[in-house]
Amino acid sequence: MIWLIRNKNPLPFLMGSILLLVIFLVGCANDDSSSSSNLSLVDPSFGDINMSGSVEIDGSSTVYPVSEAVAEEFNELYPKVRVNVGVSGTGGGFKRFTAGETDISDASRHIKNPKETSAAEANGIEYVELRIGTDGLSVVVSPDNDFVECLTIDELKKIWEPGSSINNWSQVRVGFPDQKMRLYGPDTDSGTFDYFTEEVMGEAQLSRPDYTASADDNVLIQGVSGDKGSLGYFGYAYYRESKDKLNLVAVDSGAGCVAPSETTIPSGEYSPLSRPLFIYVNLGSMARTEVKAFVDFYMEHGPALTEEVGYISSDETVYSANKDLLK
Amino acid sequence: MESNNITSGQLKPRRVLRRTIGGFVYGLFLLSVCVGIVGLLALLYEVLTTGLPWLNWQFITDYPSRHPEEAGLFSALMGTVWLMAMTAIFTVPVGVGAAIYLEEYAPRNLFTRIIEINVANLAGVPSIVYGLLGLALFVTWFELGRSILAGSMTLSLLVLPIVILASREAIRAVPDSYRQAAYAMGADQWQVIKGVVLPSALPGILTGTILAMSRAIGEAAPVIAISALVYLTFIPSHPMERFTVLPIQIYNWVARPQDEFRGLAAAGIIVLLVILLSMNAIAVFLRNKYQIRSEE
Repeated sequence: MIWLIRNKNPLPFLMGSILLLVIFLVGCANDDSSSSSNLSLVDPSFGDINMSGSVEIDGSSTVYPVSEAVAEEFNELYPKVRVNVGVSGTGGGFKRFTAGETDISDASRHIKNPKETSAAEANGIEYVELRIGTDGLSVVVSPDNDFVECLTIDELKKIWEPGSSINNWSQVRVGFPDQKMRLYGPDTDSGTFDYFTEEVMGEAQLSRPDYTASADDNVLIQGVSGDKGSLGYFGYAYYRESKDKLNLVAVDSGAGCVAPSETTIPSGEYSPLSRPLFIYVNLGSMARTEVKAFVDFYMEHGPALTEEVGYISSDETVYSANKDLLK
Repeated sequence: MESNNITSGQLKPRRVLRRTIGGFVYGLFLLSVCVGIVGLLALLYEVLTTGLPWLNWQFITDYPSRHPEEAGLFSALMGTVWLMAMTAIFTVPVGVGAAIYLEEYAPRNLFTRIIEINVANLAGVPSIVYGLLGLALFVTWFELGRSILAGSMTLSLLVLPIVILASREAIRAVPDSYRQAAYAMGADQWQVIKGVVLPSALPGILTGTILAMSRAIGEAAPVIAISALVYLTFIPSHPMERFTVLPIQIYNWVARPQDEFRGLAAAGIIVLLVILLSMNAIAVFLRNKYQIRSEE
C-alpha cells in the first residue's frame, strides 16, 4: 500500500477512515415523524374526517385518470389521508398487488389465472374485483377517408394478422378504391394491444409487426389524421377528445355494424372490442379505516368521475352489486 | 515569404485550392452548429408557445388534478429537489473519493486497469438497467422501500461513472510540479491532496458533478421503476417517504387524451429547463470563482 509508506504515521489516517464509516452508518438511521390530530369531526357517510394513514394504488394507465380523480375528491374531504396512485401498467400493478404491496390495483383486464391468481394465493392475498366502467377500443381512419364506414372482424383480422401482406385498401374488400394503406396502433407493452389482438386474432400479442407503433395514443391520433390511407385503433376516450380529426369505423362481428358510442359501449352492443375496467381491492387492507372509506367513496362517486375523465361508467346496478360484494 | 526556393507563382494554384477547401470545411462546420441550434430553437419555441399560457404561480404550488386549470406539479417539483439533493450527497464524496484513489493512491496494475475499464463501461449502461438494479438491491434487499433514499442511491449509481471520469480528468490535469513542490515543503500525501490537488482540480470536479446532476434530473425510466407513482399530494419530509419527480409527471400529462394536458406538460418542461439552466449557471459561477482564486 503506497499511502502507508508515504505517510510517516498511518494511525491518524486510519482513524479518519473509521470516523467516515461511523458517520455514514449513523446517517443511515432515520427518524419517523408523526402528526397529531386535534379536532375530531365525524362525516356521516365515510368516517372521521381527521382519519390519517395512506392508500396505495397502482396499475393500468387506462384506469389511472379515474383513480386520480377519485383520490383528488377524496382528499378534499379527508386531507390527512395520503392516496398514492402509480401507473405501472395492468400487469405491473398486479405484480405489486399480489405481493401485498398495494391496497388497490387498477386493471383494464381480469386478473390472469393461474399466473397472477396463484401468486396472490401464495402470499395469502384475498381480493374482490370491482367493475367501474368500460372502454371501447375504437377503430379509426383519416377524416379524408370517405369509403370505409364499417369493417367486419374478419376483415380486421385479415389486415392485422401476422404475415399479412395487405398494403392497399383495394385488397380488403372488393369495391374499395386503390389507396395505399398505413397502419397505426399501440405498442406491444400496452394493454390495449393485448386486448385488441386477443379479440380480433383470438390470441393476445398476435399481430403483424410492420405498423407504426407508439405508447403515446396522441402520436397515433396525429398519424391517423394526417394520412389519407391510414387505419388505427386506440381507447374511446382518445377518440372522443379528437372527434374532428378522425373518422370512426363501425365494427361488424356478425350482428350488423355497430359504432362505439356512449350508448353502445355500456350496453354491450359494441362487441367484442369493449373492454371492462376494474379496480381490485385487497380485502386484508379493507380492515384499515382509510382504505375502507376510500373504496366506499370510490363506489359512491365512481360513476360521475369515470364519465368526467372521458370513460364510460358502468351503470347503477353494477355499482350496487359492487357494494354488496364489499359487505 | 519564408521559403526562398519556390517562387510565389508556383504556390498560387495550391493556395487557391487550399482556400477553397478551407472555406468549404468552414461552411460545413458552421452548418453542423446550425443544425444543433435550429433544433434547440424549434424545441424551445414549441415548448414556450404551448407551455407559457399554463405557467403561473398556482401551477408551481398545486398538486396534480384532473382539471387542467387547477393542476400543478408541486409534489413532483419537491420530489425532484429532494432526489437531486440526496443524489448529490451520495455521489460527490463517493465519486471524488474514487477518483482521488484511482489517480493519487492506486498502483498501476491489472486490478486498477480492470476498475478503470469497468467505470468507463458503466457510463454507457442504459438507465432502466440501473432502475431494475436499484429496485432489486435497494428497495427489496436493503428494505428501503420505494423511498427517496432508494431512488437517490439508484441515481447515484447511474451518475457515479460520470463524476469519477470527470474528477479523474480534473485531478490528472493538475501539474505534477505542484505536488512535488508541496512534498518538498514537507507535506504528506493527504496534505498534498487536500491543500494542492483538490483546490486546483475543483473547477473541473464541479463542472463534472453538475453535468452528472443535469443528467440525473431528466431521468424518468429508473425513477419509474423505483417510485412508480404519479399522483401524490404531500411533500416528503424525510428520506424514507414516497416521492414522484418532474419527468414522470410530464410524461403522464403528455399521454392524457385531453389537449389541455399537453399545455401542462409543456409548462412542466419549462420548469425543468429553468432548474437545469440554473444548475448549469451555478456550475459556471463556481468554476469561474475558483479558477480566479487558484490562479492568484
